[in-house]
Amino acid sequence: MENLIEIKGVTHAYKTKSGPFPVLNNLNIAIPQNSFCAVVGPSGCGKSTLTRLIAGLMFPDQGEVWLHGELVKSPRKTVGMAFQNPVLLEWRTILQNVILPLEIVAPTMPKAQKEARAKELLAMVGLEGFENKRPSELSGGMRQRASLCRALVHKPDIIILDEPFGALDAFTREDLWQTMHQLRAKEPFTALLITHDLRESVYLGDQVVVLSGRPATTQYVMKIDMPGPRPLEMLYDPDTVERLAVLRREIQIAQGRVEA
Amino acid sequence: MIDWKKILIPIAAIVVLLLLWEALVWVMGWPDYKMASPSDLWPAFQRYQNLFWLYGWQTLWRTVVGLGVAVVFGTLLGMVMGLSKTMNDALYPLLVGFNAIPKATVVPVIALMFVGQHDFNTVLMAFMISFFPIAVSVAIGLSTLEPEYRDILRSLGASRMTVFWKIALPKTLPEFFGALKVAVTLAFIGTNLVEIITPHGRGLGHLFQSAQTRSDFPLMFAVLLALAALGIVLYYAVVALEYVFAGWAVRTAH
Repeated sequence: MENLIEIKGVTHAYKTKSGPFPVLNNLNIAIPQNSFCAVVGPSGCGKSTLTRLIAGLMFPDQGEVWLHGELVKSPRKTVGMAFQNPVLLEWRTILQNVILPLEIVAPTMPKAQKEARAKELLAMVGLEGFENKRPSELSGGMRQRASLCRALVHKPDIIILDEPFGALDAFTREDLWQTMHQLRAKEPFTALLITHDLRESVYLGDQVVVLSGRPATTQYVMKIDMPGPRPLEMLYDPDTVERLAVLRREIQIAQGRVEA
Repeated sequence: MIDWKKILIPIAAIVVLLLLWEALVWVMGWPDYKMASPSDLWPAFQRYQNLFWLYGWQTLWRTVVGLGVAVVFGTLLGMVMGLSKTMNDALYPLLVGFNAIPKATVVPVIALMFVGQHDFNTVLMAFMISFFPIAVSVAIGLSTLEPEYRDILRSLGASRMTVFWKIALPKTLPEFFGALKVAVTLAFIGTNLVEIITPHGRGLGHLFQSAQTRSDFPLMFAVLLALAALGIVLYYAVVALEYVFAGWAVRTAH
């Protein structure tokens, strides 16, 4: 399978007054087309820097980010983003919020077509009938669903998810995990998910990448070959429990709490 | 549907206040030259009705023009400061210093600089006293925009201008209108400062000044009430604009 994203030997440091502050060190990640990559690692290990590098909002000091066989040198229209904070625009309805990326990427697309596309996605995530509500009228989980629709509306090559489920309660989070699988089944996409939740990474990821402590490097990669949509019961499989134990240990190594 | 409660309650409050005032003056037995009572105001207003309309209009248009200039200048200044950290660092102390100067002391200065340009001076003062809150609120609104808002559009290759028009500007509107409500009352102060202090003035401030020289307390109080009425009208005009342009923020507030 062709790799949609290839991160090759990426090293990056922020310039601060007290000298360079290294965040990434020789990071390597490869994500095949239509697969889901979950990235876990200790707090502050540079995961968000990684998302900005892939989105073309920043450039690494060393190494290369390849997207669809092209070197990433600037932002591109083929990326969708969703964050822990859904950042919906309060002055727009849910439908108009979801349309926003199309206004940038496809300004000439007829309005009706834009709206049809947005409605189709909203229906997929269970937000039918909420098109004309304001973001403040929705619950946190619903807002995050709308935010996912906005990330997907322009059919990006890759969606970058920076802890989108982090601020939700446990039940809503499980609902959204299932929604992710349903979305992928209906409309395959490639995704990179930053998360702190190992169960989330195992349930959603086709591969789980463990980053080391700062400066982050690729410490461990776990492949999970289990085509979706996955049932929620998977979380209680002995296999999953074993995977979680392995990942937990890798995180502890990354945190420097146990010897490798 | 008109919510009568919303209109009747404030009117009732005004009536109660006037009654209390009237009662206070009556109980204390204050004569006219010490403290006017509300019942003196209407005759005073009627006697000088022509002047009230003429001067009221002058005060109003000067205030509105000054406020309009303050909105344009304050917004531009706020944009420059909000979008550039360097400009913010450079201009903030200057702005605070300028704002700290008591504007009453500036009146003679501009009266000397632009002798006889009474309309211009008045508008200038209304502007100078009211642009500060607008500039500060726009600057803060723009500089505190969460980076995620920017990233959503920037990651699609949107230009800085697009991010500004689609996100930063509308997101700043509630702060802007909050500041505009403060600026409205400030602009009135500016207009009246010039009208009262400079000789041969016009406007309600001038009417107040001439009433004062003649110790015509009822007229002085009638002018104050007229100013209050103008202030209320202009304030609610801003509220109406806010509802049109940033109604989403008003609606989410409850």
